[in-house]
Amino acid sequence: MNWPLAILTGAGPVASAQAKLGWWLLVVSVVVVVVVTVLVLAGGFRRHSNETSMVEREGAGVRWVVVGGMIVPAIVLTLTFAFTIATENATAAPPKVAGMTVDVIGHRWWWEVRYAGGGSAPTVITANEIHVPVGIPVRLELTSADVIHSFWIPRLAGKTDVVPGQRNVAWIQADKPGIYRGACAEYCGLQHSNMAAFVVAESPAQFEQWTNAQRDTVRAPSDSDAARGLVVFQKSSCMACHTIRGTSAVGRIGPDLTHLVSRMTIAAGSLENTRGNLAGWIANPQSIKPGNDMPTTPLRGSELQALVAYLETLK
Amino acid sequence: MLFVFALTSGCREASGGEEHVAVAGGDPDRGRTAIATFGCGSCHTIPGIATAKGTAGPPLFFWSKRTFIAGEVPNTPDFLVRWIEVPQAIEPGTAMPNLGVPEGDARDIAAYLYTLR
Repeated sequence: MNWPLAILTGAGPVASAQAKLGWWLLVVSVVVVVVVTVLVLAGGFRRHSNETSMVEREGAGVRWVVVGGMIVPAIVLTLTFAFTIATENATAAPPKVAGMTVDVIGHRWWWEVRYAGGGSAPTVITANEIHVPVGIPVRLELTSADVIHSFWIPRLAGKTDVVPGQRNVAWIQADKPGIYRGACAEYCGLQHSNMAAFVVAESPAQFEQWTNAQRDTVRAPSDSDAARGLVVFQKSSCMACHTIRGTSAVGRIGPDLTHLVSRMTIAAGSLENTRGNLAGWIANPQSIKPGNDMPTTPLRGSELQALVAYLETLK
Repeated sequence: MLFVFALTSGCREASGGEEHVAVAGGDPDRGRTAIATFGCGSCHTIPGIATAKGTAGPPLFFWSKRTFIAGEVPNTPDFLVRWIEVPQAIEPGTAMPNLGVPEGDARDIAAYLYTLR
């Protein structure tokens, strides 16, 4: 029951409340379908004796309609309505003030994730992975860079639409450490199904460690392959779209690559983040995720090697 | 057209039969897993590997029938294992990256590729 995208086993207060309502709706619906089916079949197969008059039969029928068709449904629907309103109330806002706010921006077809800096700390920008400390409510401010998306981490919270020109707010809280997978839940184009998001819930200490590591700017590469790779990155079209903090690359169209190696996947869950996949992705992004904005960059074999060596230093 | 057909069908007969290139110490089933682990499929289309649909590198259909590796060396198990381990050692400047594949895994991968007939 703990499948990555399970909707009826919550791992946080929002999803748990919604799961309870979900179970109620599921059970009520099944019971109603079974009861109605049995009654219809029973009515259909019942033999009528010729002695009972039409009037008597109609009288009994009216009772069935009033009780079974009006009173019982009214009670069931009123209970369901009350349960729904109560659940919506309980999940609309966190019980205590959110511990932190994360900006999540939907792009075709990946998620930009931003943690505002403060004082001397720079804004941390990553992609497709939302790191949060366990046990505290996290406020998510959802916006879109292009079309309508929907942000959905089934085990943590139901869907919230991500609409261009509008800032929607959701909140999540993970009760236990773990990786919670999510998906875009509003059809947004060719690669809608390859637009995964991951919430990585970790202990407060681990979260702080992660944040500090993400705030670092990158160091100049020390080995010669990687140094050539940086030159390739800056000479080719990469830097038109990507940022690597601490270099001259400040593109905003694609994901920030400053700490690329720290991420689990490439291209919003399309590939595991391994050397082979990284090379394949750069060599031909269109074969892996047709229609995405990353073009195939003309590179020599040796340039691709150097580029991968450089990207692997972005810890 | 007929001539081409006659030629290809002739080739098929000549190379037909159940000859199989064995790779010492290589296990095709383990090779299938290793191919997925190292991400070969993000560049190569490989029959029998559902996720291997890449087009950056050549497709590996009919691997056992290929004459050359990288157009450089003959397609023998020893060269193939070496190619998977350190492609640059066979063709300097190739785009195929050195993925740090250990020899055992390289043998498994090679064994799988030779099942592609």
